[in-house]
Amino acid sequence: MSVISIFFTALFYITLIVFFIGMVKKIYQFGITPAPLKIPIAPTPLTQKGVVMRIIREIVLFESLFRSNKWIWLFGWLFHIGLLLILIRHMRYFWPDDLPDIFLLTQSFKYAAFVMVFGLIGLMLRRIFVERIRYISAPSDYLMLIMLLIIGISGMIMTFTSNHTDIIMVKEFASGLVSFNWKNLPTEVYFLIHIFLVFVLMAIFPISKLLHMPGIFFSPTLNQVDDARSKRHIAPWALKQEQEHATRLEQILGKDE
Amino acid sequence: MVKEFDIPVLPTYLETPKLKEGVMDGEGPFKSTQEFQNPLGFPGEKVDNWQKVAIDKIGELKSKYRSLQVFLDSCVKCGACTDKCHYFLGSSDPKNMPVARQDLFRSVYRRHFTFAGKYFPKLVGAKELDNDMLDDWYNYFHQCSQCRRCSVFCPYGIDTAEISMAAREVLDVVGIGQKYCNQILGKALTIGNNLGLPEPALRDTLLDLEEEIEEETGGVAVKYPLDQKGAEILLITPSADFFAEPHIDGLIGYGKVFHQDGVSWTLSSYASEGANFGMFIGSYDVMRKAALRIRKAALDLEVSRVMVGECGHAWRVAYSFWNTLSGVGVGAADEFSKKLQDQLDHRYPQPQHIIEYTHDLIQRGKLVFDKSANDDRTVTFHDSCNVARATNMGGILGGQFILPREVIKAVCNNYVDMERSTIKESTFCCGGGGGLLTDDLMEIRVKGAMPRMQALKTVEKDNGVNTLAAICAICKSQFSKVLPKFDFDPYMIVSVHQLVSEAIIMDKRKIEVQENKLEAD
Repeated sequence: MSVISIFFTALFYITLIVFFIGMVKKIYQFGITPAPLKIPIAPTPLTQKGVVMRIIREIVLFESLFRSNKWIWLFGWLFHIGLLLILIRHMRYFWPDDLPDIFLLTQSFKYAAFVMVFGLIGLMLRRIFVERIRYISAPSDYLMLIMLLIIGISGMIMTFTSNHTDIIMVKEFASGLVSFNWKNLPTEVYFLIHIFLVFVLMAIFPISKLLHMPGIFFSPTLNQVDDARSKRHIAPWALKQEQEHATRLEQILGKDE
Repeated sequence: MVKEFDIPVLPTYLETPKLKEGVMDGEGPFKSTQEFQNPLGFPGEKVDNWQKVAIDKIGELKSKYRSLQVFLDSCVKCGACTDKCHYFLGSSDPKNMPVARQDLFRSVYRRHFTFAGKYFPKLVGAKELDNDMLDDWYNYFHQCSQCRRCSVFCPYGIDTAEISMAAREVLDVVGIGQKYCNQILGKALTIGNNLGLPEPALRDTLLDLEEEIEEETGGVAVKYPLDQKGAEILLITPSADFFAEPHIDGLIGYGKVFHQDGVSWTLSSYASEGANFGMFIGSYDVMRKAALRIRKAALDLEVSRVMVGECGHAWRVAYSFWNTLSGVGVGAADEFSKKLQDQLDHRYPQPQHIIEYTHDLIQRGKLVFDKSANDDRTVTFHDSCNVARATNMGGILGGQFILPREVIKAVCNNYVDMERSTIKESTFCCGGGGGLLTDDLMEIRVKGAMPRMQALKTVEKDNGVNTLAAICAICKSQFSKVLPKFDFDPYMIVSVHQLVSEAIIMDKRKIEVQENKLEAD
C-alpha cells in the first residue's frame, strides 16, 4: 500500500472512532439529563402518537421551518434531501460484493448533487447577504458551508466531468475499509479533497452544530406530550430534593394548624 | 432617570427592520438589593468570585435541564427566528433577535464547556464571561418576555425562554437580581400575594365589591367568600384582579358566574396570588415554594376543586407545572400530595381554568345572556403567550384558542380575529410579560408592544374593533399603559369575564330558592 493510502485508511478509522465515541457521549448526555418540567410548545400534541407524528413531520418536512421562512426552508430542505439521496447512493462503494439489483434504483440519485449544491449555495448567499443572518454567523458557520460545498462540487466534478476517478479502485478502497481488506485508493486530487473533508466533517460532528441531528430527538419542546394535568412528570433530582425537604415542609405546613 | 425614547410609528404592514446595533444598550432594569435577594437565598450584592460561581452554575443548570443542554448544542444559526421576536421588531436591536440573545449565553457555554470553544474560541464565536458580557446578560435577558414565540418557529424547538430563565438564575446566584421580580416574590412568599395585601385589606376589598355588585344588579347578592372552609372551589387568581383596572371587572364576572351556577367557592388569604414570578427568574425552588402555598391553602380549606383565574403565566405554572411542583393533579406520591389528590374531585380537571369552567356552563345551558349588552363593542381577542403556547384548555387540540373565543362569541355579537400570523400559537406578546412589567423598562415595553399594536390597528381600521379582550393580568396592565401611546383608547382592554359580566342575566329568584333550601338543610 502506498503511504497516502495508509494515511487515509488510518484517518478513516480515527475519524470514525472520534465520531462514534463523540456521538455516543453526547447522546448519552442528552439522554441522562432530565427535563424537570413539561415545556411542550404549541401547536402541542396531546398524545404520544401525536408527538411521534410531530417529530416525523419535523424531520421529513421541516414543518416549523416552513412556517417560519420559506427561503430558508427551501434551501435547507433541498440541501438535506439532496445529501440524503447522495449518501444512499454512496452505499454502493462500501458494498463488499457485486451490487444487488436494488442499487439500480439509486442510479439516478447522482443528480441529487445538483439539488444539494443548489441548496448550499442558497444558504451561503443568505448567510452573506441577509444582514440579520450575517450578524449571527461565526466563522465556523461559513466554514461548515464551504466544506460541504467543496465536498459536493468535487464529487460532481468526478461524476459529471471528464475528471472521472477510477471508480473500481474507489470501491475496492471503500469496501476494503469495511471488510478490513485494505487497498490503495486513487490519488486524483478531487478525490483526496473529497474524502479528506468528509473525514473532517465526521470528526467535528460531535463537537459542532451538526449536533442538531441528534438534538432534535431530545428537544423537550418538541418531544413532550401535553398531559401535565393527568400524568405526573418529575425529574429524579427534583424528587430527591422534594423528599429531602419533606421533613422541613412538614414542620412549616404543620405549624399553622 | 428613565431615558427619553421615540414611540414606534405603526406601519401598515409589519416589516423586518434594519439592524441598529446598540439602540437598546443600557443598564437594564433596577437591580435588586440585599433586602429582596437574601430571603430568596441569593447573595445581596455581586460576589467576589462571581465568574467562577456563574460558570459553576451554568454547569449545574445544564446537567439539570435537558432543554438547556440540547438547545445550547443544537442551534445551527439558520436565522429562522431572527424576525420573530416582538422586541426585535419593535427596537431593531440585533441582540433582541432570539438567536443573538441566546448567543450571549451560548458563547460563554462554548468557551467553558466545549472542545471547539476552549481551543478555537474565535472560530466558533466563543466568549469569556467578563464584566461587559455580564452587563449584556443583565440588560438583554431582561428584554425577553419568555413568550416562546421564537420556539414555535425554530426547526428544533429551541426556546429562548429556557435560556433566559437560566441566565436570570445565574445572575441571581452571583448577586445581580432584578428588583421588580425579587421584591414581588418576597411579598408573595410571606404575605401571600404580589401586591402585599394582608388579609384584612383583602377582606375589605371583597366586601366593597359585593356591595358594588348588589347595587349595580339591583339586589343580587353575589358573594366573594374568603377563607371559607369546606367550599367546593378554591379560586386562585392574580392579585391584580382585586385592585387593578380593568382586572377587577373580570373578578366581578367570575363572581357572577359562580353565583349563577350556585356553586360554593372561596378565595384564600394565605394563597391569594395566581401569578408565580418564580418562573420568570427561572428558579425551580422559588417557583415550587410559591406553588406549595396553594397546595396548603387547598388542604386547609378542604376544597374539592382548584380553579385558576385569568392570568397567563399563572395558568402555565398551574397547568403545566403544579402537578410536578406540588402534586395538584394526579400521580404524586408524597404525603401532602396524596392527601390533596384524595380530597380533589377528579371528575373535573385539576387545576381547571375559569374559562374552561364558564365554557362548560355555557355548553350545558346553565348561563343565560343578553348579548345585546355588548352590542356597542366589536371585540378581538389577544392570545396571551403563556396560555397560547404553553397550555391547553378543555383537553382538545388547540382548546386554549377555541374556548376563550367561544366564550366571547357566546356573550358578544361582534367578534373579529386579528391577522392569523399574530394570533394563536403565533401570537405577539403584549410586551410586558416575563417580569418586565415595571416602569423602569418602559422603553422596551412600548417598543415590544408595536407588533401587537400594528395588528390591532389593522382590525380597528378594517373592522371597527374597539375592544381588546385578554385573559392575562400582565397583558391587561401592559395594554392599559401602552394603548394610549399608540393612539388607542386605554379602556378598550377588557377581561373576557368582563364581557361575560356585562351580558349575563342574573337570576335572583333561583338564588333565593337555593338559599332557603340551604337554610332549611
